[in-house]
Amino acid sequence: MQAINVTNLTVSYDRNPVLENVSFTIPNGSITGIIGPNGAGKSTLIKSILRLIPSNSGEVEVYGKPYGQQKQLIGYVPQRSEVDWDFPTNALDVVLMGRYRHIGMFKRAGKAEVAWAKECLKKVGMQDYAQRQISQLSGGQQQRVFLARALAQDAMVYFMDEPFSGVDAATERAIIELMKKWKQEGKTVIVVHHDLQTAEDYFDHILLLNKQTIDFGETKKVFTLENLEKAYGGKIAFLQRTPSTAKEPTAHGSLSYQPE
Amino acid sequence: MEAFLTSLSNANFQWVLVGSLLLGFASGVIGSFVLLKKQSLISDAMAHAALPGVCIMFLIFEVKNVPILLIGAAITSLLATQAIQFIINKSRIKTDAAIGVIISVFFGFGIVLLTYIQQNSSGSQAGLDSFIFGQAASLVKSDVQLISGGAFLLVVITVLLFKEFKLTLFDPQFAKGIGLPVSFLNGLMLFLVVAIVVIGIQMVGVILIAALLITPPLAARYWTENLGIMAILAGIFGAISGVSGAVISTTVVGLPTGPVIVLSASLIFFISLLFGTKNGFLQRRVRGV
Repeated sequence: MQAINVTNLTVSYDRNPVLENVSFTIPNGSITGIIGPNGAGKSTLIKSILRLIPSNSGEVEVYGKPYGQQKQLIGYVPQRSEVDWDFPTNALDVVLMGRYRHIGMFKRAGKAEVAWAKECLKKVGMQDYAQRQISQLSGGQQQRVFLARALAQDAMVYFMDEPFSGVDAATERAIIELMKKWKQEGKTVIVVHHDLQTAEDYFDHILLLNKQTIDFGETKKVFTLENLEKAYGGKIAFLQRTPSTAKEPTAHGSLSYQPE
Repeated sequence: MEAFLTSLSNANFQWVLVGSLLLGFASGVIGSFVLLKKQSLISDAMAHAALPGVCIMFLIFEVKNVPILLIGAAITSLLATQAIQFIINKSRIKTDAAIGVIISVFFGFGIVLLTYIQQNSSGSQAGLDSFIFGQAASLVKSDVQLISGGAFLLVVITVLLFKEFKLTLFDPQFAKGIGLPVSFLNGLMLFLVVAIVVIGIQMVGVILIAALLITPPLAARYWTENLGIMAILAGIFGAISGVSGAVISTTVVGLPTGPVIVLSASLIFFISLLFGTKNGFLQRRVRGV
C-alpha cells in the first residue's frame, strides 16, 4: 500500500521555481528522510504537500485518494522556530491543539481530550511539564511538546520539519523512538533533515532533493557519493571519505554539510 | 462628587456608563488578539483612517446619521489596511514605514475634510469634531445602544471561536494543516478590530481608540501566562478605563472622553508593569533578573 503519492509537484515564489516536477511514492509503514542543501526546497515540499502554500501544478494522493479527502490522516510537526514561544499558553494547551479537529468548532476540550493530551505528554517524557509556560521550556522540551501534539493528532502519516535541529540528546532519542514506534504501528513518517551524518541511521528511504528530485529510494541505494555530489554540487569537500565508510568519528565530522 | 451623583440619576448617563463598560471590555478582549498578532500599530492606522470615512459620508448625505457615518468609517478603515498590505507586498517599503505613510495620508485627508465641513454648510453644528477625541456626554441613547449591542456581539464571537483564534494566532501553519479555515479566521479578526474601532470612535475618538486596544492587554500580560485569563483581565482593565473615562469626562465639564479613558488605562498599565506577578519590574528586581 502506498501512503503518499506525489506527482509532478511544481512550486514557485514570484515566478522563481522552487520545486520542479517532483514525483515520488512513499510506501506505508516506512520512515523517509528528505535531504538536500539549504534552499533545496525541503520545507517547501512538505508545506506544498500539506497545502500550506499554493503549488503551481501537481497532485498529492494519500492512500490512493486526493489529499483533500484524507486530511484527517495527516499529522504535522512544524519547525520549532516558526512559532512565538512567548505566547501565553502552557505545554498541555499546545498538545490539546492536536485534538481541535476531534473536538470540533465552538466546543471546548472535555475531560477525555485533556486525559488524552496528558497521555501524549507522558509518552514523550514531558508529563511533569504539563502546566509549564512554554517560554520556560528548553529547545528540546519545546520540540517534545510539538511531538506530543502530533501524537495527539492520532494520524496515519506524519510530516516533521527539521525535528532534530537544536535539540538535546534525550530529545533526539525520544524522536527516534517515536518514529520507530509509529513505523511498527504501520504509520508512515516523512522527515525534513539536514544532517548528513545521521541520515543513514535514521531513514529507510531517502528523497534527495535540490529543486528537483535527484534520487529517491532505499537509503543504501540513494545515499551514494555520486548522488550527494549531484545534490550538493561541489560543496562537500571531503566526500572521498564517503557515507558508508563513515562510521569512525573523523570521517563523520567531515561529512556534515556546512551552509555557506 | 455632587455633580457625579446628579448625573448618576440621569438615564442618559446610565446608558453611557453601560456603553463605556461594554466597549472597554470588548476592546480589551479583541486587543489581546491584536497584540499577539503583532498588529497593534496597524490597529492605530485603522482608527485614524476612520476619520475621512465619517467626513465623506457626512458630505454625501449632509445629515449626522450615526450608522451611516460609521459605515463610512469602516470602509476607509478597511481601505487603509488594504493599502498597507499593498505597499508591503508590492514595494521595498517595510511595514513600519508603510503604516506611517498610510496613517498620515488618511488622517490628514480626514482633517482637511473636517475643516471644510466646519467652515461650510451646517457642519459647525454637527459636532463631527467629537469624533477626534471622543465625547461621551454628547452621546444619545441610540448611539449608546449601538455601542453596547455591537460590543456585546463582538465578545460573543470571540467566546465562540476562542479556541480557533488561539490556534490561528499561535501556529497558523498547524491550524491550516488540521483544516481550520485560517484565512477566514484572520479575516474575522480583522473585522472584529474594524468593528470595535468603528463603534468606539464616538466615545473615545479616532486618535486614541487604538490605545484602548493596545494598553489593557499589555497590562494583563503582566499578570498571567494564560490567553483566556489574559483576555478576560484585559477586558476588565478596558472596562474600568472606559467607565472611569466616561464618568470623569461627563462630570468635569469640557474634558474630552478619549484622553481620560486612555490615561486611566495607562495608569493600570504602569501599575501592572511595576507590580505584575509575571515579569513585573519589582518581581524581576527581587529575583535579580
